[in-house]
Amino acid sequence: MIHAFTFDGTDIVLDVNSGAVHVVDELALHVIRDYETLPEENLAQKYAPVYGPAAVREVLQEVRELKKRGLLFAPDPLPEGYRPPEEDTVKALCLHLAHDCNLRCRYCFAGQGDFGGDRGLMSPEVGRAAIDFLMAASGDRRHVEVDFFGGEPLLNRRVLVDLVHYGNKRARQAGKEIKFTLTTNALLLDGEMRQFIGDYGLAVVLSIDGRPEVHDRMRPFPSGAGSYQQVMENVSRFVHSPHCGEYYIRGTFTRYNLDFTEDVRHLAEAGFQSISLEPVVAGAGCDYALREEDVPVLLAEYDKLTRYLLERRRQGRPVEFFHFIIDLEEGPCLPKRLTGCSAGQEYLAVTPAGDLYPCHQFVGRPGFRMGNVFNGKAGKNSANLFQKAHIYNKSACGQCWAKFFCSGGCHANALAFNGDLLKPYHLGCLLARKRLECALYLEAIARQ
Amino acid sequence: MSKHIKTIGGRALRDTVHNGGCRECRTSCQSACKTSCTVGNQACANKKNK
Repeated sequence: MIHAFTFDGTDIVLDVNSGAVHVVDELALHVIRDYETLPEENLAQKYAPVYGPAAVREVLQEVRELKKRGLLFAPDPLPEGYRPPEEDTVKALCLHLAHDCNLRCRYCFAGQGDFGGDRGLMSPEVGRAAIDFLMAASGDRRHVEVDFFGGEPLLNRRVLVDLVHYGNKRARQAGKEIKFTLTTNALLLDGEMRQFIGDYGLAVVLSIDGRPEVHDRMRPFPSGAGSYQQVMENVSRFVHSPHCGEYYIRGTFTRYNLDFTEDVRHLAEAGFQSISLEPVVAGAGCDYALREEDVPVLLAEYDKLTRYLLERRRQGRPVEFFHFIIDLEEGPCLPKRLTGCSAGQEYLAVTPAGDLYPCHQFVGRPGFRMGNVFNGKAGKNSANLFQKAHIYNKSACGQCWAKFFCSGGCHANALAFNGDLLKPYHLGCLLARKRLECALYLEAIARQ
Repeated sequence: MSKHIKTIGGRALRDTVHNGGCRECRTSCQSACKTSCTVGNQACANKKNK
């Protein structure tokens, strides 16, 4: 299976089953597109009058060579299908330090902080039990991860600080490396916290949506007032401080800012170099939800964003856009691509009370509780559901050229929109495919 | 030297099965999405697989 496309005059072929990427000329693009449906003699007859017989012979020779090397028209890497490994390891936890928030973001999937339940903070006892659980459940894995999440995790700063110390100690004892990430709206990101983040090497995901009017529309204070000014000041102070290491500016775009390139531009002009801007996930009843009819505009906007990023790169001011990052040489292995996000398997979310859920987006959903940090992982049926929700079991993925990059999409979105983990969220698929084309194009240009 | 087709990258995915699957790489959703799934942009943490 191949995917051939043209972006601003550059012809690109992705060989789906091998993952190889080729930049081709016009003749090769035509030949490759027709190669599986027309015999070579017919291809020669069809294209020789336009491009000349010698050129067609050369292309056919190159195609044959790449095919022989398994880099073009490669067969399915797992023709017998995929059997997920039978193991019960957990290596990443999303700790909901606070089911409370100092903002009332309109699109918040966490029910504006409380996940549809009581507002509450995680106690140090629950947090430490979660770390203990992670150390035990990660088995012989060396790398473990903890994301401090919410609501707003800095509302529970005392426990966050305690858990970084405790987690580091427990990891040392267990001979593991622990990586902490803090996902925050930055309102409580003061000097003391900046210093702590720097001293302990936390990665930080900072929530800001872009232009002031865009941010303020969706991310108000409980009073209804916009939060942009305070957030931007704090984010900027942190990112431009010596305490900032690995970070991402993480925003959300909605139907109200389909021109989101302008928001990336705003963030880039503010001096931020690592940016992730994600499509909102919302039901059709929401005024800000993306609709199928918006797709042509969204696809064109990703093209525009790609050109903007390319322009900055050429000016020597590159910006990293999360969804356009691609490593063709040392990217993830096939087993990783089949496991996807690992929700409900290696990755679990922990509520303030210590309950385990498949991921942060499943918290509070009836029937998805998977045990707790004191008694360990339970809910074998749920775990099996997630284990089986891979691309070889999703009919929509079978013939999709992007399947080895998106790994079948987000489980939570599949369930929310289609009521079935095996039915991917269609709008998400369309955008994921477009982003992958943009990423491949940027990579092709970088290599030329 | 290919004249019409320039391979810019990609190792055959099937070749990553043998030394892959160590599961030491980062969990994709932890890094910067939280509402989608993008695995193809994750870095491999396994030196044997490079």
